[in-house]
Amino acid sequence: MWYLLFSPACCAIELMQTGGPRTDLDRFGMVFRATPRQADVMIVGGTVTYKLAERVRLLYRQMSEPKYVIAMGSCANSGGLFQKSYSVLKGIDLVVPVDIYIPGCPPRPEALCEGLLRLRKKIMGEDWGAIAAAREPRLKGQPAGEMAD
Amino acid sequence: MNGEAIYEQLRDRFPDKVSETRGQGPLKCVYVKPEAIEEVLIALRDQETLGFRHLSFISGIDLKEAIEVAYGLISYSLKVLILLKVTLDHENPTVRTVSHIFSAANWHERETFDLFGVKFEGHPDLRRLLLPEDWKGHPLRKDYKEEPFYHEMPTTREPLLGRS
Amino acid sequence: MNLQDIIVEAEGGQQMLLNMGPQHPSTHGVIRFLVKADGEVISEAIPVVGYLHRGIEKIAESMPYAGFIPFTDRVDYLAAMFCNHAFVTAVEKLLGLEVPRRAEYLRVIADEMNRIASHLIAVGSMAMDIGAYTPFLHGIREREIINDLTEMLCGGRLTYNYMRIGGVSRDLPDGFLKRLKGFLDRFDPGFINEFNRLIGGNEILVRRCAHVATIGADEAMDMGLAGPNLRASGVSWDLRRDMPYSCYPDLEFDVPVGRGFRGSLGDSYDRFMVRILEMSQSARLLRQAIEKLPDGDIQAKAPRKIKPPAGESYGAVESARGELGFYLVSDGGETPLRLKIRTGSFSAMWAIHRKSAGCMLADLVVLLASADIVAPEIDR
Repeated sequence: MWYLLFSPACCAIELMQTGGPRTDLDRFGMVFRATPRQADVMIVGGTVTYKLAERVRLLYRQMSEPKYVIAMGSCANSGGLFQKSYSVLKGIDLVVPVDIYIPGCPPRPEALCEGLLRLRKKIMGEDWGAIAAAREPRLKGQPAGEMAD
Repeated sequence: MNGEAIYEQLRDRFPDKVSETRGQGPLKCVYVKPEAIEEVLIALRDQETLGFRHLSFISGIDLKEAIEVAYGLISYSLKVLILLKVTLDHENPTVRTVSHIFSAANWHERETFDLFGVKFEGHPDLRRLLLPEDWKGHPLRKDYKEEPFYHEMPTTREPLLGRS
Repeated sequence: MNLQDIIVEAEGGQQMLLNMGPQHPSTHGVIRFLVKADGEVISEAIPVVGYLHRGIEKIAESMPYAGFIPFTDRVDYLAAMFCNHAFVTAVEKLLGLEVPRRAEYLRVIADEMNRIASHLIAVGSMAMDIGAYTPFLHGIREREIINDLTEMLCGGRLTYNYMRIGGVSRDLPDGFLKRLKGFLDRFDPGFINEFNRLIGGNEILVRRCAHVATIGADEAMDMGLAGPNLRASGVSWDLRRDMPYSCYPDLEFDVPVGRGFRGSLGDSYDRFMVRILEMSQSARLLRQAIEKLPDGDIQAKAPRKIKPPAGESYGAVESARGELGFYLVSDGGETPLRLKIRTGSFSAMWAIHRKSAGCMLADLVVLLASADIVAPEIDR
């Protein structure tokens, strides 16, 4: 699984530390790719603002199938401790469909590894045929059949 | 030399344009007339004995009846920070730019415009810095109201209690 | 004129308009550049910031003072102790509170450890942006040990919430000083010399960084630069020595200043070397602080509900990225009337805008990396 190098805020540093020598992401076969075309999973770690939200959606659409999204940290899950703010998107599941949510502020490297292993388990249990046939991504708060546009 | 002595010097040099020292906390300030802010800053920067060459910050403050803009300056030789303020109208705050005196002021003034709506006359490139270009309103004002949607993304917060 | 007009105007002319977008392998966080280039040579690189604007200053106006400290961590997450320190200094000046000596020394120990950690990432990612991936891992490996130490101290690896108004929250656990001394014995001069031999003296790095984006002393002062960026241009200004706070008057240290180590005075290599020299000065400060650590309380008696009297204060510390100051305006209530955060990366970003003219595209990456900016400091 190759991940897209995109993480706005503090969780990016924990992601970098997880890729470092102690907890090594490389042993899971995960390396970072700079371009969305070559990435399988987008780990969104950090606060997403309204200004950035449209870029996140664009990056998600530019990734090639099959693609997955991990929301890392409380800011990506729901806005985190910046809920009171006027310019923070309250959770990235308002713009992209999320597969795994990892809580923490920032999550420890062990938590991130657990999230990645769960994603692997989820992928191994997927019925890709059924998914591709009924490809209707649902976003939170929007009725079915409407692709986010 | 501490801040008080410097404020004295400013009052001697610009008698009608600089007020008396105000402020009850540890950092005292003086109020300068908005039309005189440029010459006061040039005097502070160029005079050899003062040498205030570092513009630390420009900040807006929203008091309900007026908007103030505070200039914080540091002198490398005297090793002290002083604070100058101008008082502006609440509905339509306007003041001359100082970006030709300290080029660091360019971005500080853009940020103050973005968050408070203060217009700096003569600024080479006054547009929003931190918020998206089509954002409505100036958030750090006390009377700011949030829009319910931004580009079809809801801005409501879910209540924390009652979630299963 | 707005951004759309700038784009239209640039596309009509002879120059290329490139977008170094918010997602890019070498921007330090989410910053976007609109680069007007004539072939390889840039005529202007316009930064577009604000992708991480979280409204921390507005949140401060509705948050009690003691509860705001976790938010200060996120202003600069690589050097979070400094942000805590600056905020509590501003509030303590307003309250007129005196901090016990032991707490001051603990704060300095936390600060200097954080400075080493931040500079490790700065020089490591500068090497990574130039193309060498391994030096970054050298830095990360050492940083893991500092993360372990801060985890022993306060429970957090990246965001600490360690300092309180009037002192610090926790005392040193058993075994902390022994572990810190062990780390310092290995780090300075062992690791620093190894780093200098492998990476600092590496011919490729020197050729990429020397004579690139030279900033003169007058220009640096005019553009509002602070911290290692300013010192690399030859201006010897350090808040720890010149406007002292905490217990720095009791400690001895030098302030490294750039002098054209391999190129010209104030170029990117100077900024790189100043950070490495500062790391060994931090190790020196840590050794002195461990030796002189007094006994006593770790927190002064502060009121339960912090309601400072009306007034203003400015609390500034010398952070890893420059002068980090909190300008606090209080009207006597439980929450601040206005909190303005002044950061070093804000001025550094403006300096990058000004100095990008005439650089090549690859030099822009080096300039960006040597100025050591983080996106949340610019956007707050």
